[in-house]
Amino acid sequence: MSSDRTLRGKVGIAGVAETTYYKRGEAPDAEFKLALEAIVRACANAGISPKDVDGFASFSNDRSDASRLSAALGINDLRFANMQWGGGGGGGSGAIGNAAAAITTGMAECVVVFRALAQGQFGRFGQGPRRNTISGDFAHTVPYGLMSPAQMFAMKVNRFMFDHGVHQEALRAISLASYHHAQNNPRAVMHGRPLDEEKYESSRWIVEPFHLYDCCQENDGAAAMVLVSADRVKDFDHPPCYVLSAAAGSHHRAGAPVHNAPDYATSAFKTLAPRLYEMARVKASDVDVLQSYENFTGGVLMSMVEHDFCSPSECNDFFAVDNLIASTGKLPLNTSGGNLAECYMHGLGLNIEAVRQVWGESSNQVDTADVSMVISGPMVTPVSACIFGSEATL
Amino acid sequence: MSVTYLNTGLPKPVPAPDGLDAPFWKGLQENKLFIQRCSSCHRWQWGPEWICHRCHSFDLGFEEVEPRGLIYSHERVWHPVHPALKDQGPYIVVLVEMPQADNIRIVGNLLGDPEQTIPIGSEVTARFEHHKDEDPVYTLLQWQIES
Ligand SMILES: [Zn+2]
Repeated sequence: MSSDRTLRGKVGIAGVAETTYYKRGEAPDAEFKLALEAIVRACANAGISPKDVDGFASFSNDRSDASRLSAALGINDLRFANMQWGGGGGGGSGAIGNAAAAITTGMAECVVVFRALAQGQFGRFGQGPRRNTISGDFAHTVPYGLMSPAQMFAMKVNRFMFDHGVHQEALRAISLASYHHAQNNPRAVMHGRPLDEEKYESSRWIVEPFHLYDCCQENDGAAAMVLVSADRVKDFDHPPCYVLSAAAGSHHRAGAPVHNAPDYATSAFKTLAPRLYEMARVKASDVDVLQSYENFTGGVLMSMVEHDFCSPSECNDFFAVDNLIASTGKLPLNTSGGNLAECYMHGLGLNIEAVRQVWGESSNQVDTADVSMVISGPMVTPVSACIFGSEATL
Repeated sequence: MSVTYLNTGLPKPVPAPDGLDAPFWKGLQENKLFIQRCSSCHRWQWGPEWICHRCHSFDLGFEEVEPRGLIYSHERVWHPVHPALKDQGPYIVVLVEMPQADNIRIVGNLLGDPEQTIPIGSEVTARFEHHKDEDPVYTLLQWQIES
């Protein structure tokens, strides 16, 4: 890769914000209002007028249309309106990459990355279809009772755990770390609702190997981030936080229908991770703090293996609670509580938390967060990841 | 009444409106497993697509495959996400790999005790589960570990 074809250090984060996070269906506001509220708050956090935003980037077919947002906010001149293909949270860091690419190439100056969800208004995830008949790819799975994301991904995780002898306790450690961090985060929906080993073990199976506490929440709310070019970053009140890299994609035939991806038991990051690290010019051992998307704990474990934080054979040792909690752990993980215990905003909250770590504003702050990484949406396709860095990393 | 593995009431499979997988569904009703095969490079492909991902030929057909395979992965579901399965109890979904057809994989249920252990790599043979009382009628492909 020639040196000018990179996002490294070209774009910074000017502001971040979220709405109050609610349990599924409990938001008092319309989804579009939640989106507006998060965007207005993120602009206030940056100290800019929403009228000076000139681009929007989102993912997972967000329903808050960029043109309506632009009209509602009185945007002066919309220059970039972008949607990352793919469902779930696979596009979270991809949307940041798209926004950063637009700014780096001069297509836009100030891009908001956002995600808004009100399941009360628009219906739940994770529910089987209620139709009389079904066709297409789902006709080959739904009639066999395989229809929810937990059921789709457990099949991959079971194979991975079988191949590498991974124990249930490794998944449990991921869940316990998230809930541990949520107890220090007043924004977290699970704040004040701690989890221990006994409560985890006695919780019901959803689908083996996932207990209830291995599964993400379902929530209402919205989150937004304001991205600007790096030369403007020091104009804002926050310490500089740069995008060091972002990557999206998936491996050969990852999306082959009916569970036919040739490399099956994967979180879909094997080809992406080397690109991510190469652009950022860091390696896994340089990462100070990690936010890794938990649709289900098994996906976190597989994502982290594929990003070289440990080998498959080391999982049972590496995934221990003490290793994963701030600030003493080897690799503090999901320090806001993440999708399991803070909020399931399709993972954009993970990106916000990664930035807050660089800013020194996390409720579970690590001592030095120069390299702060996010892995978005394992096991879907495309997936994505990004790395943020402090001034010291440039 | 035929006995079915899962309680009735789930969405009934019908061929895709564009006809892409129609030979598969028709074959199951006749106790035959038809899988897509490229007429140019003669390799098997699943799920069906309009083009061969290997040689990019559009000349694809369906050919019969012996309905047996190996358990590639599995899961035991405890929490139903569809009202039809509210009183089902645990059930097993398996992903079956077919070495005789370029290792394509098919999803089905594993017949027998829903709390049985499920060894990956086990040889399984198919059972055609006909839903003749349904409208529209359809057939599912279920699997049994060879004893
Ligand atoms: Zn071919």
